[in-house]
Amino acid sequence: MKRFAQLIEQLDSTNKTNQKVAALTRYFEVAPKEDALWAVALLSHRRPSRPVTTTLMRQWAAEIAQLPEWLFEESYHIVGDLAETIALLVQEKGTGEAPTLTQCIEEIIALRPKTEQEKKNYITHRWKGLNNFERFVFNKILTGGFRIGVSQKLMTRALSKAVAIEENILAHRLMGEWSPQTTTFEELILHPNPEDCISQPYPFFLAYAMEDDFMAKENPENWHIEHKWDGMRAQLIVRAEKIFLWSRGEELITDKFPELNVLVEFFPDGTVVDGELIPYKENLIGDFNALQKRIGRKSVSQKLKQAIPISIMLYDLLEWNGEDLRKEPLFKRQKLLTQFYAQLPPELPVLLSEVLQFSNWEDVAKERERAQEKRSEGLMLKHRESPYEVGRKKGAWWKWKSDPKTIDAVLTYAMRGHGRRTNLYTDYTFALWQENELVTFAKAYSGLTDAEIKQVDQFVKQNTTDRFGPVRQVKPSLVFEIAFEGIAVSSRHKSGVAVRFPRILRWRHDKKINEANSLDDLKKLLP
Amino acid sequence: MQMPLLEFTAKGIYCAQADVYLDPWRGVEKAIVSHGHSDHARWGSKQYITHELNVPIIKHRLGNISVSGRKYGETFNMNGVQFSLHPAGHVPGSAQIRVEYQGEIWVFTGDYKTQEDGISTPFEPVKCHTFITECTFGLPVFKWDEPKQIHTNINQWWAENNTQKTTSLLMGYSLGKVQRLLKHLDPSIGKIYTHGATEEMTEVLRNFIEFPSTQRITRETTKKEIEGNLVLAPPAVMGSAWMKKLGKLSTGYASGWMAFRGARRRRAVDRAFVLSDHADWNGLLSAIKATGCENVITTHGYTDLFAKYLRENGWNARTGKTQYEAETLETAAAE
Repeated sequence: MKRFAQLIEQLDSTNKTNQKVAALTRYFEVAPKEDALWAVALLSHRRPSRPVTTTLMRQWAAEIAQLPEWLFEESYHIVGDLAETIALLVQEKGTGEAPTLTQCIEEIIALRPKTEQEKKNYITHRWKGLNNFERFVFNKILTGGFRIGVSQKLMTRALSKAVAIEENILAHRLMGEWSPQTTTFEELILHPNPEDCISQPYPFFLAYAMEDDFMAKENPENWHIEHKWDGMRAQLIVRAEKIFLWSRGEELITDKFPELNVLVEFFPDGTVVDGELIPYKENLIGDFNALQKRIGRKSVSQKLKQAIPISIMLYDLLEWNGEDLRKEPLFKRQKLLTQFYAQLPPELPVLLSEVLQFSNWEDVAKERERAQEKRSEGLMLKHRESPYEVGRKKGAWWKWKSDPKTIDAVLTYAMRGHGRRTNLYTDYTFALWQENELVTFAKAYSGLTDAEIKQVDQFVKQNTTDRFGPVRQVKPSLVFEIAFEGIAVSSRHKSGVAVRFPRILRWRHDKKINEANSLDDLKKLLP
Repeated sequence: MQMPLLEFTAKGIYCAQADVYLDPWRGVEKAIVSHGHSDHARWGSKQYITHELNVPIIKHRLGNISVSGRKYGETFNMNGVQFSLHPAGHVPGSAQIRVEYQGEIWVFTGDYKTQEDGISTPFEPVKCHTFITECTFGLPVFKWDEPKQIHTNINQWWAENNTQKTTSLLMGYSLGKVQRLLKHLDPSIGKIYTHGATEEMTEVLRNFIEFPSTQRITRETTKKEIEGNLVLAPPAVMGSAWMKKLGKLSTGYASGWMAFRGARRRRAVDRAFVLSDHADWNGLLSAIKATGCENVITTHGYTDLFAKYLRENGWNARTGKTQYEAETLETAAAE
């Protein structure tokens, strides 16, 4: 626990990638193997389920610090992170003995079925025994993920150095659902048994947004063009007469899409495909909102399955006859996929993403303009010779999205940010006009530069008209251009409209609030 | 109703009976100034009264002004009002201002801390009826470690950088913080260099405080020469062209705000040291108790929250509106 807390502190106190990798590598080399495995688990967002509510943790911390609850809450709003607030407020020197990381997590797991009083005794005992930063890390294990600027890729790189196994192989071994409770460092990382791996997905290959000089540099004939389907990325595996469906977040989602189970009878063993789950009914692609209704459900009713049936749009073949094809060039993989698809019965919930080829970029641009008609988000450009790589790598796959829709809206509320943005007002609510009222339509917290955030932060602090905990209502005076991808009717939003991926495009210093758009203007953008 | 002895006006905290302002933020006829930081000692008043050690400091900052110095505890009278200055422990020459009229006593703290820093005269509580207190760090999340430990950490950091042939750039506010850091650096590790602004202020304080010797960085200073040594500089140099010329660096920043993880990450320094010249939560509460006051007026910092807490605990507390420092962490440099 002490060693792990030191690691997190080191990772937290540098922006330099090399130093982060070095700190992680050192940790993996010296930590006991069971602790190292838990560290890998925690840093890839696999933590034990939370044994207590944060409400209880807040109460206990306020009690130990002898503070009224309102002051605890205010402190929390200002610090911006519950784990840190508790770490700071429980002012103990932490001279007690710290458990090992594995012991600590096992204790947390064992806590779940216990009584509230037992939980309180354990947690407050640990709080008092640890020092400030250890207490913070302990709370993070209890409550949630570590956002410390360490991507899974970076962690894998460090682990690769420590155990001298190639990064791509490790990335693959770390995929899917596993827990240090049921496996060991040896079994998972060093010497996995292939038979245990039938459900294991390959790491997804991710595209970069297209760069400005791309077309000037590249010959269109080397590129395979597809539409960028607006659904949920997924990997479908058929091995040993079983089917597994994985989301990009490495979640096993087979149960959520039972209509795909039938594929096990048509896909030979040792087949892995990459594709997009999309709502598809009566030969029409549905919109993303429909899919979201499916994703949100724990169990899928017959009714929902009929109302919003899902198909998988295939676009890559990663394994065929049990053989890993990822090093083969794209055109070969696509050819095999096309041949395989052609002999499937047409009534299956499977589609094939059409591969387009063009001889000039103007035609590609024209194709991109058909995105709305095709129900896509734009285009994907893939180099015909490219292998299927691991993670986000530049060069072989590019996404060229449709231009976003934009609207000018008024800033009406602001909330303090988290992490690096703690103590700055960085999370904003925007409104549009409806007659003489401003109606909230979206929240956005990205798109401004650090300098602009500082200015808006100053504005918020000087123009607050009301406070609701961490949220401040501000005098309507600033106008921002908000960009978003999709737009759909929604009964859950006050404005009656839901937008996807809203973000701030620019600050419209040139506009007064009466020049901002109206809700009717927004509704005109509905398809 | 009788006029309060001190009132918060558009120009600053005003004593009508004596016709004098305390730390005014606009130019006035007569100003009593608590200490030399720029948000308290402002330009434009005709006559300044301050602690004698602060005289050379504000002359350095404000140029040729009319200023008279007083000792701690020395009383001076203006139209029946008795004034005196008492150690605030914030920076060298910092004072609390005691105001007494017809048996009623008010104290205005300026900025203060209850920890000893080795360069400022330590804080002394002053009995009063009404206590106007700063509360920059008036939240229970702020609790400072022993300064001795922090200084040990700083020297260890420097020594380790030294073995790596890396130069240590240690940043802190030019008046007070930097000299406090300097006072506790271990010159056996290496040489200590300074940024121009830092060197000039330190030079002023050398007249009455002993410090390890320092050398100003000039155009002629080479990377090779400072390698493994330590450079003291104001926080504004972070990311500047000046900083880039220093060669291979490890950066450190000393401030109370570094208690927050978010602030540490935003600063993006290699090492953050939680070292403040302001009182922490317990320091503020113990200072208030020690005055025996009934009334508290909170200024700059988490004023509303702190006043509310004090009211719940039996004080008659309210907030006073001043222009000392904004609420934001972003002004941490002005600490």
